[in-house]
Amino acid sequence: MMNSESPAGAEVGTALDVNRLRKDFPALRRMVNGHPLVYFDNTAATLKPQSVIDSISRVYSDYPANVHRGIHMLSEEATNAYEEARVKVARFLNAREPDEIVYTLNTTDSINHIAGSWGEANIGPGDEVLVTDMEHHANFVPWQQLCMRKGAKFQVAHVLSSGQLDREDFDSKLNERTKLVACAHVSNVSAVVNPIRELAEQAHRVGAIFVADCAQSVPHMPVDLQALGADFIACSAYKFLAPFGVGILWGRRELLDSMPPYRTGGNMIAEVSREHTRFNVAPHKFEAGTPSIADVIGMGAAIDYLEQWGMQAIYEHEVELSRYMHERLADMPGVRVIGDWFPGKPAIASFHLDYAHPHDVAQFLNEEGVAVRSGLHCAEPLHCALGLSSSTRASLYLYNTHDEIDRMIAAIKTVEEIFA
Amino acid sequence: MDLKALYREVILDHYKAPRNTTPLVQPDRQADCRNPSCGDKIKLQLKFDNDRVSEVAMLGNGCAISQASASMMTEALKGKTFAEIDRVVEEFRAMIVNGSTEFDRQVLGDLVILEGVAKLHARVKCAMCGWSALDAALHGDGSDVNLDEDREMPASSRG
Repeated sequence: MMNSESPAGAEVGTALDVNRLRKDFPALRRMVNGHPLVYFDNTAATLKPQSVIDSISRVYSDYPANVHRGIHMLSEEATNAYEEARVKVARFLNAREPDEIVYTLNTTDSINHIAGSWGEANIGPGDEVLVTDMEHHANFVPWQQLCMRKGAKFQVAHVLSSGQLDREDFDSKLNERTKLVACAHVSNVSAVVNPIRELAEQAHRVGAIFVADCAQSVPHMPVDLQALGADFIACSAYKFLAPFGVGILWGRRELLDSMPPYRTGGNMIAEVSREHTRFNVAPHKFEAGTPSIADVIGMGAAIDYLEQWGMQAIYEHEVELSRYMHERLADMPGVRVIGDWFPGKPAIASFHLDYAHPHDVAQFLNEEGVAVRSGLHCAEPLHCALGLSSSTRASLYLYNTHDEIDRMIAAIKTVEEIFA
Repeated sequence: MDLKALYREVILDHYKAPRNTTPLVQPDRQADCRNPSCGDKIKLQLKFDNDRVSEVAMLGNGCAISQASASMMTEALKGKTFAEIDRVVEEFRAMIVNGSTEFDRQVLGDLVILEGVAKLHARVKCAMCGWSALDAALHGDGSDVNLDEDREMPASSRG
């Protein structure tokens, strides 16, 4: 299936100096059950480099003031750093302008903004919303619930046994009643990469808008919003080295301008009287109340860190790790990976062992210091469609190595010895 | 705790060859328990003869801990009255859910071998699946139990 070449010792073969960058992540120094930590749960949340931790610490030490309020110096410093992060995000994703970037809490929150604002205003009885079976619940449940509230039809495009989107089924469910299409850029289970540009063009031809869930693409590959073709994207910053508490909603400026606020109150207004409130402009009208300021600023530091290494180099390193991981897994009897391998597959492998339940597998891997996830990975419809009750998932990032994959494989062999 | 020893000495034996898995014809009591977050599922059936358990069956699937714990439970039930079963459930719950060391070892008998599971917080629900089905069969209104909704269980989410 793939080239067979087993690197050993120091991490070699990619443009990233992984041995050096690993020193930037304090959590990698941890021992788990007597073994150095192997962190393979990056799809859920990544580790944080010291520069991000320091940037949060600086906010709380030096300028722990609120944003957009004070004339005083600390508030001005906080506001500048907070808005500077927006410029960084816009540049990182090649948005047309920083004002298209809305800070949220996470991907779920971003998608709820779209459903609760654009969806509430534009979806009605008889309309249709089309999603796919490979969505994370974050890009599934808000649309299902919106359709239930509005008397709209919730359509779900199927996946093939290869894990890929069933394009015929997708085409058959897309029609002139479809008002919105929501689809993952990269599946958080099978790592299938959907052709967002093509799908968005199809959606636009029937007059629908297109929402791309980029939670698993933005952290792992270069994403150019002006080339992607979507109308909205959502992602979570803590999945790309940033602190918890921050997500991103990007929308085309004209769409954001046309939308009502999702939450109202402080910070999002231009003028308030007893009779009337005039809202601020986007993105501020969507950022009601005091945001998670230090975490937004920490996200700016995370982007600086990623750009220092380069997203293309990170992507290439992960694709090489993915190739090696899938090759090793393919050599093991009784191991079935969800979805077929394909060239350029991101470094996510969700698998099932014929002889052991995923929770037992994760328990024994933890015993060897290997952190993986087990369960449904917030993607129950996909597991259901593929006839699986749950799976074990290994998901890698820029700091992971071939040696760590070898350690996971050795740990799976322990499970095999005990169970098989 | 030695995880390999726990699995090798007890859990795998019951996981690979669970006891009392023949469905009962017209059980006097039965209930289902699910851990949707894990995919564990157990149906527990009981037949009584003069207030004492005469037959028991557990039917289900899931992880090794859920199936082994339920299998061992069925072995402990035969010949017991409602009150005696309640006592075992109470002591087992104290050992696994509360992580207490004060539980009555005599009441639990062979089941004390599962004590180590109390330290695997994420697996407590797995170990309790069969036991919650038992509790519901004896005292419930016939409806299924969803352990993800049981606030006494360690916090978890189905994602």
